[in-house]
Amino acid sequence: MKALKTTLLSLLASVALLAADLACAADAPAAAPPTNWSAIIMFLVFVAITLGITYWAATHTKTATDFYAAGRGITGFQNGLAIAGDYMSAASFLGIASLVYFNGFYGLIYSVGWLVGWPVILFLIAERLRNLGKYTYADVAAFRLKQGPVRTMAAIGSLIVVIWYLIGQAVGAGQLLHTLVPEMSYRSSIVIVGALIIIYVTFGGMKATTWVQIIKAGLLLGGATLMAIGVMAHVGFSFEKLFSDAVNAHPKHLEIMKSVVPIGAKPNPIESISLGLTLMFGTAGLPHILMRFFTVTDAKAARKSVLYGTCFIGYFYILTFIIGFGAIVLVANNPAYVADITKSVLNLRGGGNMPAVYLSHAIGGDLFLGFIAAVAFATILAVVSGLTLAGASALSHDIYANVIMKGKSTEKQEVWVSKLSVIGLGIIAVLLGIAFEKQNVAYIVALTFSVAACTNFPILVMSVFWQGLTTRGAVTGGYVGIVGVIVLLTLGPTVWTKVLDMGPAIFPFDFPTFFLLPVVLIVTYVVSVTDGSESAKKERALFAAQKVRSETGLGSEVAAAH
Amino acid sequence: MSELISSKIQQNPKYLQLASRRGRLAWTLSAIVCVIFYGFILMVAFTPDIITAPISASSVIPLGLPLGVAVILVCCVLTGLYVYQSNQVYDPMFEEIVRGASK
Repeated sequence: MKALKTTLLSLLASVALLAADLACAADAPAAAPPTNWSAIIMFLVFVAITLGITYWAATHTKTATDFYAAGRGITGFQNGLAIAGDYMSAASFLGIASLVYFNGFYGLIYSVGWLVGWPVILFLIAERLRNLGKYTYADVAAFRLKQGPVRTMAAIGSLIVVIWYLIGQAVGAGQLLHTLVPEMSYRSSIVIVGALIIIYVTFGGMKATTWVQIIKAGLLLGGATLMAIGVMAHVGFSFEKLFSDAVNAHPKHLEIMKSVVPIGAKPNPIESISLGLTLMFGTAGLPHILMRFFTVTDAKAARKSVLYGTCFIGYFYILTFIIGFGAIVLVANNPAYVADITKSVLNLRGGGNMPAVYLSHAIGGDLFLGFIAAVAFATILAVVSGLTLAGASALSHDIYANVIMKGKSTEKQEVWVSKLSVIGLGIIAVLLGIAFEKQNVAYIVALTFSVAACTNFPILVMSVFWQGLTTRGAVTGGYVGIVGVIVLLTLGPTVWTKVLDMGPAIFPFDFPTFFLLPVVLIVTYVVSVTDGSESAKKERALFAAQKVRSETGLGSEVAAAH
Repeated sequence: MSELISSKIQQNPKYLQLASRRGRLAWTLSAIVCVIFYGFILMVAFTPDIITAPISASSVIPLGLPLGVAVILVCCVLTGLYVYQSNQVYDPMFEEIVRGASK
């Protein structure tokens, strides 16, 4: 009951916070653009509903399994929607639309690359993860290996992905809210996001997170569908006209249909292949995505959820393409949206992520803009909740309960540490989001997906499929992946040349996966097969039993009774 | 208890055969997805002229666009195929083996 009272207090606190911002909005000078009340009201409705769900979830969250895995009672369809809600980040909604808006065809590589990881997750990972693990993917990687070193490595990999992904989302949230409601500062936008996340996750755990993601997925799919219909209605439902209008409207004209790399960049075959590898295998190594498979009742539901998730995500990516080209037709050249039409007909007020947002205004005026803005806000909240929970579970379940306490902590202590971690991660996200306001964060996608593709994914797959893997091999390979990504990205064009301004890049590619993934696989293989220790022999002997459990689900975690 | 069942299953030739059948399906489908996707990526990387050629003389739509959409659709279909095969065909057979070993 104490938790409930605190929830109520937090509800009040967050309403007060929002009210304070609205009060600021009302006091705004007359010269500022008119306050978008429809956006604000829809934000508030969404926040009210999600807080209500959090309140419900808090009363139904009693055990660690409830907290981390929603009591394993989520159905395949629900989890499919939640997967879509967890995965379709602001980067894929606003980001792909924006990539297409500026570069045309090139954006399609991202749409396709971000989808093809899903079948691979299904065929190789989903059911085995569900059958072997409890709360984190490290459960699976460390299933028959030494808990301490493997979990530490896996948790570091997870936390790097989570924290950088959080920074990207926080910066996006701050910019978006600030642009839409100029009276609300960048900082207070981020603080609101941070406060809401802490409330959702600490009180509602995975149940609240799942439902926030489900609602968001519904809103996003609905919003994107309406937007695509609006675009197609504008061009008389002719794809031919949509693309030829876009070619006419874009300052680079036909080049946007020939862009296999960003417009202006030199074609680079190895970079293209590396990008493809990173997007595909990175998807299959994101800790907040992998965590979703522990919420379903069994392996059957885990598989079904990937099918639903893949279809929703695939449908959405096809829509983002229409939205991106629609934005070229309806947003570019429009003085209402363009920052300085004498300099560029493409660059928009509010930064590079705005094409989709302005497109909604061009189609449906203030009301639709308000709706899409609220959807984008919901998107950020849903993704950040999932990330925060994944980060907190790496800290509490892997580091605290299994490395520090060596499995001797109680469930209560573990959940308590988890909640503290959520608060800590929420505060870190807010602080870093504020610190990175003016930073170039373009490398974040490359960083997070590269760590996932070069560390989490290969170690997970090898631990499940290859009997020969030993602790020494997994840990050495994992750290080679983590350190390799950080070093190669730092020496690469985005960080070395653009962020640090140190001149020509030492490592000439933005995405290191093409080189690093084979290195990680070879290192892990060589170190494992040369491991003649007694413990290595035991680890190999345990593989047969692990395989039975991963194939049949015998002995796997069962759903909670309620 | 479950260790005993597990060791019985490990010896069961039916289990070994079934596991390797499903494994083959999973790896074959993964390979198909990779061939399709990296076929697309290799065209982007090495034959940009072909993949960005218009689909017809009067059109501006590049060939890569319907190809990209097709890759997404094929992925959805293959996912459905695996889920059907695994849930409807293999799972009951695995359950049968576990039941047999639990006796």
